[in-house]
Amino acid sequence: MSEEIVTLTIDGIEVKAKKGTTILEAARTAGIDIPTLCFLKEINEVGECRMCIVEVEGMRGFATSCIQKVADGMIVHTNTPAVVDARKVVLDLILSNHKIDCLKCVRSGNCELQKVSKQMNVQDIEFTGEMKHHEIDDLSPSIVRDFDKCILCGRCVATCKKVQEIGAIERSNRGFETCISTVDGKSLNDVNCTFCGQCIMNCPTGALHEKETIDEVWEKLRDPETTVIVQTAPAVRASLGEEFDMPIGTNVEGKMVTGLKRLGFDKVFDTNTGADFTIMEEANEFIKRFKENDTLPMITSCCPGWVKFAEMNYPELLPHLSSCKSPHEMFGALLKTYYAEKENIDPKKMYVVSVMPCIAKKFEQQRDELSNDGMQDVDNVITTRELARMMKQANIDLAKLPEDKFDDPMGEATGAAAIFGTTGGVMEAALRTAQDVLTGKDLQEIDFESVRGKKGIKRATVEVAGKTIKIVVASGLGNARKIMEEIKSGEADYQFVEIMACPGGCIMGGGQSIKSAKTRLEYDVRKLRADCLYSIDEKSTIRKSHENPVLKKIYKDYLGEPLGDKAHHLLHTNYNKREKYKLD
Amino acid sequence: MKTLEELHKIREDKRKELDLRVNTKADTQEKHILVCHGTGCTSSKSPEIVENFRKILKEKNIENVRVIKTGCFGLCAKGPIVIIRPEDTFYAMVTPDDCEEIINTHIIEGKTVERLLCKDIGNKVVNSLDELSFYKKQKRIALKNCGVINPEDIDEYIAFDGYLALEKVLKEMTPDEVVKEVSDSGLRGRGGAGFPTGKKWEFTKVAQGDKKYVACNADEGDPGAFMDRSILEGDPHAIIEAMAIAAYAVGADEGYIYVRAEYPIAVQRLRIAIKQAEEYGILGKNIFGTDFNFDLSIRLGAGAFVCGEETALLESVEGRRGQPRIKPPFPANAGLWQKPTLINNVETYANIAQIILKGAEWYSSIGTETSKGTKVFALGGNVNNIGLVEVPMGTTLREIIFDIGGGIPGGREFKAAQTGGPSGGCIPAKYLDTPIDYESLKEIGSMMGSGGLIVMDDTKCMVSLSKFYLDFTVSESCGKCTPCRFGTKRMHEILTNLCEGKGTLEDIDKLEKLAHNIIKSSICGLGQTAPNPVLSSLKYFRDEFEEHAVDKKCRTQECKALAKITIDPEKCKGCGLCQKSCPVAAIKGEGRDKREIDQSICIKCGTCIKSCPFKAIS
Repeated sequence: MSEEIVTLTIDGIEVKAKKGTTILEAARTAGIDIPTLCFLKEINEVGECRMCIVEVEGMRGFATSCIQKVADGMIVHTNTPAVVDARKVVLDLILSNHKIDCLKCVRSGNCELQKVSKQMNVQDIEFTGEMKHHEIDDLSPSIVRDFDKCILCGRCVATCKKVQEIGAIERSNRGFETCISTVDGKSLNDVNCTFCGQCIMNCPTGALHEKETIDEVWEKLRDPETTVIVQTAPAVRASLGEEFDMPIGTNVEGKMVTGLKRLGFDKVFDTNTGADFTIMEEANEFIKRFKENDTLPMITSCCPGWVKFAEMNYPELLPHLSSCKSPHEMFGALLKTYYAEKENIDPKKMYVVSVMPCIAKKFEQQRDELSNDGMQDVDNVITTRELARMMKQANIDLAKLPEDKFDDPMGEATGAAAIFGTTGGVMEAALRTAQDVLTGKDLQEIDFESVRGKKGIKRATVEVAGKTIKIVVASGLGNARKIMEEIKSGEADYQFVEIMACPGGCIMGGGQSIKSAKTRLEYDVRKLRADCLYSIDEKSTIRKSHENPVLKKIYKDYLGEPLGDKAHHLLHTNYNKREKYKLD
Repeated sequence: MKTLEELHKIREDKRKELDLRVNTKADTQEKHILVCHGTGCTSSKSPEIVENFRKILKEKNIENVRVIKTGCFGLCAKGPIVIIRPEDTFYAMVTPDDCEEIINTHIIEGKTVERLLCKDIGNKVVNSLDELSFYKKQKRIALKNCGVINPEDIDEYIAFDGYLALEKVLKEMTPDEVVKEVSDSGLRGRGGAGFPTGKKWEFTKVAQGDKKYVACNADEGDPGAFMDRSILEGDPHAIIEAMAIAAYAVGADEGYIYVRAEYPIAVQRLRIAIKQAEEYGILGKNIFGTDFNFDLSIRLGAGAFVCGEETALLESVEGRRGQPRIKPPFPANAGLWQKPTLINNVETYANIAQIILKGAEWYSSIGTETSKGTKVFALGGNVNNIGLVEVPMGTTLREIIFDIGGGIPGGREFKAAQTGGPSGGCIPAKYLDTPIDYESLKEIGSMMGSGGLIVMDDTKCMVSLSKFYLDFTVSESCGKCTPCRFGTKRMHEILTNLCEGKGTLEDIDKLEKLAHNIIKSSICGLGQTAPNPVLSSLKYFRDEFEEHAVDKKCRTQECKALAKITIDPEKCKGCGLCQKSCPVAAIKGEGRDKREIDQSICIKCGTCIKSCPFKAIS
């Protein structure tokens, strides 16, 4: 069935659009850029901010173009004096209650409110008056909320409630007193927030941002006594370039390494190597559990947002989680033991920084369980955005840098590790290793297409060494909840589950480059970044974790067997029930 | 469960028994003492009055006198009201202590208790309700049973043709015919906007859906309005019957009444009424032996004004934060749980049974060309007869305020009437003779609204009044859309500045600009009408705004910050007593100097005025 096309007139231009599209989308295809603020495709289509109002002939009052669907013969005016004036007043009113400190705002240059103000040539604020002031909430290790920059668009609320199905935040109070609040106005640190950071990714302004920790990195970099080691997560290289105006999903791995070296890190390693360790341990753990039929399905544990979610919502199912630490934590533990020993560095004078696409990792880094000998496995987690900021501070223009390679001897990683950064990647990497371990062969069928793609929940049945394994891959916490409910009710007939808190996986993590609602309407950001990782995998000469020579050497020289005592001590962890709400 | 025959019998028997309620010449030895149990009279101890009457009657072994709790009689200013039938004696401002005298004098001796009779306009003492000028120009359709029946007794409702209209539609009319009757009657939504009711029914009827709902908007939120409350308190079955008729007409089988929790008496009586209707088989399955089913539930609102907006109401019924939805789609197509939903206001429903029974032609013969039937107003403010009035559309403001309302107390001048509450506007004296209907009120910058009618005399400052209404909308805006959330706040700030003498002429222009834009760009009716009180005041009383801005003067002295206390140097003897009395040391001068007030320090408390032995300060 072909889609019905309607013809309408927007600002005198004849526009053809699919039936069911909005006036806003139809206008943008015709090059008419109606400003929006609260609109977020499929997540927040509520028409609340009133920026996108237009006139439709024959309709009483203004139409809300982000919601109103096109119709045949519709005549739309987006720029009549009445619309322009009303829109200006709306923007003026928003600005009249906005803490305008663009010069020092983390979102300056990537702020939708700033862009709209510029687009509408705001020169002054006419309707000034009382401004609502709230204290900044920066008690959590991950998210800072600056209410004075909140424009009440509701995008964070919709994301938390509808996409992640957490509902940590909601509109509270009425009228001018309206604010986005947690239960009882508590800090995000004390409620059911998982620190996935999807609210940040959807915030149009600087009201929500990560807890920045780059000053500590600078301090360590300036300290000659400290060996500062940096590791970068698989997904970072697919997004960092965007912060330097490079196309979405450009692989900047080599440039990033150069940049990190220029920043002064003593060693630049790849978390992908850590990911290979994770696969070795996790695949072996799965095989063991599968053979013994022990607490199946086994669920991956490399996503800290997901782990916190499970600890708060499904404490009774925590034994289903793999005991593996996440890749960067494994890698940190190895750096402070094996590597420190080998290089004769005092681990107490070693400072490990992880560059992550994630803000939940900032929380994870502080977990007591992720330490050894009184030292945290990792000392600091900064996001992709923070790394870009550091580079900019150091006058580094990433786009123009030559490429370099990660440092030896721990800089080697496989294609399997690269795809960790996208939903389905951990599963695929684990299956590659599991089938070789189970068969004892070097199998060539290693592309598991069934776990790729954008679907929130992917179910598949794979044949591994003559055994049928049912697997599920879920991304987004709303989908995670569905799977957990299946497990809880006993419906689950699968054995292995991969869960990532962020829809699309780490490439869409809360620490990545933030894309505006408009950009996301035009580009499939998830796909572009995922393609980047799959292309790294394809081009890799080694595409199975267990074939990574670095791993082989370290297991042989230091760790012993996967799941062995030493591996268990350094590379595995445990989980605990966590209260959703901290009571005063 | 009652059969139709049983219902007919109840109607016949009960009607005879209750003839004395409506017929002063009723052939009976009984007397009924009717005691108003509306919210106003209840809070003035009417339950104690009933208790006392019953106690005394029992003590004196009087058997042919019954004491009945009724809904509101309307003339709230004179409450608690007691009426004795069949003779229709109207006793006003009765206290529990008066009961003994009423029994002794009126019931036993057969004489009137003169001192409790009501004084009409011109201090004329009147005996009965019918003689009161307050009632003479009224026509009661929606309030037909209020003050006549006991709202907690379904049989009394049935006695006065109750549930006869439902029987008629179920037995004799097709849904199309019902919708046509309502359309032909010309009835329009009484909640404020005046949308043709028949059209709403038609839209819901033709809407596609496997399930449909009817809803009743009883979230009356305008300050000073209590029409819907009184109907629910006085005649709850009328709403149940109308909703059942509506459900039959549009094809619904489930209904919700959304009523604010601040109306506990209305809620209680609705609960009783629903239970009784269920027991009689008038709600539930196979009503009157037909295949029509209808269940009705109550949902309590927490009192947010915005929940009176129909889509916000639907959100609230569904259990979410009361915020409006963007229309279209309209509730007729996607209402409760996205199913076609008919939503009407209480007073609208209160007309339905009468329209069905007496016909569209009868109904449309009342009123004006575009506005048919009657309208209930809650008359308040600076008017003698505060209360509830129901008048035919087309009655003039002058008739309501002076003939029914008895004019302005204290011999003051009429300044303006406010209709439509925080969504409406102020009407100046020159429009007193405007016949009230939807169009004419809109034309002069106000609106019908749900029926609040507040009268203001010449002591009221229009700037301050505008600020009062904005106070309300600022705190009642749900905060969903930008113009209403921030715009009303900014308007309020400008008005506050004007009232405090900090405003400028430029501010008045800003106020207007903001007002027009809020109207145009807000999502729902709340924001789209919130600036109306300001715009209409500006239209008719702009000079007062300008006085505040330019001369820093409030002619009514209502704006305290603009009031100026001065010492007349002619009268001042320099005694210094004022200086000693001033709490903020605003009075300057030494020895026998004539004293002066430093206006920048003065807080206008007025202490000095009282302290001056020479009356030099004013």
